[in-house]
Amino acid sequence: MNTDIYKEGEVVHSPAFIDGHSVDIPVLKILKQDGTTYPNAELPELTQAEAEKVYKALAFHRVLDERMIAAQRQGRVSFYMAALGEEATTVGGAAALESQDMIMAQYREQGCLIYRGFSLEDFMNQLFSNEKDLGKGRQMPIHYGSNELNYLTISSPLGTQIPQASGYAYGQKLQGKDAVTLCYFGEGAASEGDFHAGLNMAAVHKAPVIFFCRNNGYAISTPSDEQYVGNGIASRGVGYGMKTIRIDGNDILAVMKAVQLARAHAVEHSEPVLIEAMSYRLGAHSTSDDPSGYRTKEEEAKWAEHDPIARFKSWMLAQEWWDEAKDAELFETLREEILAAVKVAEKIDKPPVEDLVTDVYDDVPKHLQKQLDELKEHIKKYPEAYPFTAGRI
Amino acid sequence: MAQMNLLQAINNALDIAMAEDDSTLCFGEDVGHFGGVFRATSGLQEKYGKARCFNTPLVEQGIIGFANGLAAQGSRPIAEIQFADYIFPAFDQIVNETAKFRYRSGNQFDVGRLTIRTPYGGGIAGGLYHSQSPEAYFAHTPGLKVVVPRNPYQAKGLLLASIRDDNPVIFFEPKRLYRASVGEVPEDDYQLPIGKAEVVTQGTDISLLAWGAQMEIIEKAAEMAANEGISCEIVDLRSILPWDVETVANSVMKTGRLLVSHEAPVTAGFAGEIAATIQQECFLHLESPIARVCGVDTPYPLSLEREHMADHLKVFEAIKRTVNY
Repeated sequence: MNTDIYKEGEVVHSPAFIDGHSVDIPVLKILKQDGTTYPNAELPELTQAEAEKVYKALAFHRVLDERMIAAQRQGRVSFYMAALGEEATTVGGAAALESQDMIMAQYREQGCLIYRGFSLEDFMNQLFSNEKDLGKGRQMPIHYGSNELNYLTISSPLGTQIPQASGYAYGQKLQGKDAVTLCYFGEGAASEGDFHAGLNMAAVHKAPVIFFCRNNGYAISTPSDEQYVGNGIASRGVGYGMKTIRIDGNDILAVMKAVQLARAHAVEHSEPVLIEAMSYRLGAHSTSDDPSGYRTKEEEAKWAEHDPIARFKSWMLAQEWWDEAKDAELFETLREEILAAVKVAEKIDKPPVEDLVTDVYDDVPKHLQKQLDELKEHIKKYPEAYPFTAGRI
Repeated sequence: MAQMNLLQAINNALDIAMAEDDSTLCFGEDVGHFGGVFRATSGLQEKYGKARCFNTPLVEQGIIGFANGLAAQGSRPIAEIQFADYIFPAFDQIVNETAKFRYRSGNQFDVGRLTIRTPYGGGIAGGLYHSQSPEAYFAHTPGLKVVVPRNPYQAKGLLLASIRDDNPVIFFEPKRLYRASVGEVPEDDYQLPIGKAEVVTQGTDISLLAWGAQMEIIEKAAEMAANEGISCEIVDLRSILPWDVETVANSVMKTGRLLVSHEAPVTAGFAGEIAATIQQECFLHLESPIARVCGVDTPYPLSLEREHMADHLKVFEAIKRTVNY
């Protein structure tokens, strides 16, 4: 047994308890809301072309969320989850990675996919669960996934991706790949057992995984001060013996800087890193939720002043890398394109009945084939009751 | 009597239970001030205080482990798991702890005061993780009781009985009916028996057996069958574990035929257990094989939900096949 890991302090002969809040955690802030940077701030590596790509992804994200919330209210999609106010955590995270890096998200990380080029059609086909959806219309809206873009398909149960990320990253390391895994989760999901299992596994087995906590203040209605009483999620990284940083999650330059450094560390040292990004869920948990039952408009208004997209836009304007005319045109074009894409996707057929039984296993076993055959005969008898599939049997 | 929906009936039962016993607690994710994502615990924190009705951290294994500890200590915990699809992180606490607490200690310790409430079931465009009916996993676990109500009146009476039962009970609430099912419910305290099925409608040609939200489906199918001159006896099992073999067997001995329907996939679903027992009990009375109309053996899909479900048309067709066997 190696006892070197115990960093012993002085030996004492009367009890000396360590206070539960004795770990002080600095917060990285680079960009101010007015678009200026803090004195001596270390900026991330970011060219003008990359910055423009990042800003366009943020704009796409904002318009997509606005349009889809409206579409849900109109009854065109059953459900939606916006990431209003948290866009910097995901767009910035993806922008700081290499394309071969894996992303394992919770469910509010569409920003990563936008940055990586998931097409508007792919978004719409998933949201409308039609036959062109890469997930074959099986999951609720926003459960995106793309093998091509190294973005694992979303699973609703919370925290399950965290130990999976540790294993995935360990495999990347063993195979000598220049790749890491970026794993997103919320401060609520960090209460799940899988969080603790995943962090410890990654630390013990030295997996190059970046754990990225979007601390947005709420798990549905439960505020973070009813979720934990320790010093946030960052303090737990210290407990598992991993490099940890807390950042302003509404500051996309801080997000990019932290993820760039975390990636370099994970690759070079084969070690996990924990990032806790402090932000705020400006919108409802989902379209099934109404935050007026658990928080005030004043609180929301206060956080709206920290809008990460407005902040980055101000910086872009100050660099003279962007202007208001381009901005107006971008948002106008996005609104038109997304509305047009909604109209196309909602007219595409639902998946055929065969898709009910495929992918349960690699092949359809006999008993399922029999169930499918019986189902088809049944649908033929009552075609009006199964309008999505009856016409194609 | 008052008109209540299923959620109001549950809320009313919880209110009665908390009022009668100071050691009764309600907790789970978003259960406190907000009253739960479906509002089943609305108003309870205001009425009974934050110490007895509260939000927990987001950790199902923690919720049930904590509840096991409370119950062992002598309190009466009513733990909510937000969706039955999310009960699995707590599977170890339920299967290895809740169910075996009494047995392993020679009855020195028990968690009989524990009730776990959780919404289950599909038909709400919930996809894979907001639709499942996991009752069969728990029915395979001696030491648990498993109860599923079909309407507001049943929900209140069965929930009060579950809370007061000296054994741990998992109470599956049909969420599709939370607001859709409305009926007369006594405002006073009453209980309905656990472990007892109910013959809802008398009939002569075939017994139809289901539980929870699936009762509506078999009732609709029975109406269609009646139009074709088939008389269905409709039975609500109400308790999955222990289940009322006697009432079901008596019905089958009368009608000579049995159809069991549940939302969960057919393979290793609880209908299989019922069929095995009833062919043993009623072999010489059976005029046709026992029929099962259940979910297809796949995860619960979103866009092909209708195709996957054991709907009234599938039940109706199976009734005709069974009667004409």
